[in-house]
Amino acid sequence: MKNLDLASNLKLEPLLVTNKEIQIEGVYIGDLLSIAMSKAKENFLWITIQTHVNIVAIAELLDLSCIIIVEGMEIEDETLNKAKELDIPIFKTKDSAYQVACRLHTMGIK
Amino acid sequence: MKFYYDLHIHSDLSPCGNSDMTPNNIINMSYIKGLNIISITDHNTTKNLSAIAFLGKKMGIKVIPGIEVTTKEEVHILCYFKALDDALAFGNVIYDSLPNIKNNTKIFGEQNIYNHNEEKIGELDKLLINATSYSVEDIYYLSKRYHGITVPAHVYKKSNGILGVLGFIPIDLELNFIEVTSNEEIKDKQLKKYIKLVNSDAHQLVDISEPENFMNLDSIEDVYRYLKIY
Repeated sequence: MKNLDLASNLKLEPLLVTNKEIQIEGVYIGDLLSIAMSKAKENFLWITIQTHVNIVAIAELLDLSCIIIVEGMEIEDETLNKAKELDIPIFKTKDSAYQVACRLHTMGIK
Repeated sequence: MKFYYDLHIHSDLSPCGNSDMTPNNIINMSYIKGLNIISITDHNTTKNLSAIAFLGKKMGIKVIPGIEVTTKEEVHILCYFKALDDALAFGNVIYDSLPNIKNNTKIFGEQNIYNHNEEKIGELDKLLINATSYSVEDIYYLSKRYHGITVPAHVYKKSNGILGVLGFIPIDLELNFIEVTSNEEIKDKQLKKYIKLVNSDAHQLVDISEPENFMNLDSIEDVYRYLKIY
């Protein structure tokens, strides 16, 4: 799925416009980076409230498909710059992780 | 007498530490800036402390053996020791408790160990930014066992600061100090009872503190009494 399609389906604000095809083979929700690092898998979509630059490093390390920042958390410039550099799609929304997860479910991601 | 300090500096061993942060460069920069007391607090390791301690002695800078531990809640806690041996032993326990996830130098940076001649003598394999298996409470008691003290690092930081992560400081722990990164007045009621340490959390040479934050001590040796490390 293209970046903007995913954004509109999930009612997200894309923070980085990229042409990258986003494949979603699973979803991980959680905010402790060390746990996310050991549990999330390649091509997973990651929902978190963490905004530190290390979230991008972890997405790169695990080959995650994209990051969704929920609860309207403010995102540091450093994080966005790193996402741009590594071409990792990143989105934000005011909604909660649960609300995003429900929309993912209706989209058929189970 | 005023003794100027910076007790939170990362060497090149920390993945996020700049490659300029070698033991010699850190000591020389601290000397040039006019600091009297420093501590190197790498993430979850103490492997560069020996070189730093040696060079500090040579240049007349007091080096407090330290480490910055990541707890399992992902809170950063600084631990300080009087004896280098205690710090090194504590550092080994901390490193051992890190999960077996390899550092990827391209993403997180190198984790280099140096000797006092500025030669690279090794590299740490496990990713140091990870969380240890110990809680905030565990670290408090564990550091005590090695005669050390614990100080919650950059308490206001949203990621890894104790207030940002836990929302409060556990009141049952007898902490005397908290760390902040700027000298602003503390307005939080729950923080007023703590003595604040203002440190740089430097990851590159220019960020090491200017001589701004000081301890009023009779002699530099009194730093341990001030910090209540015995």
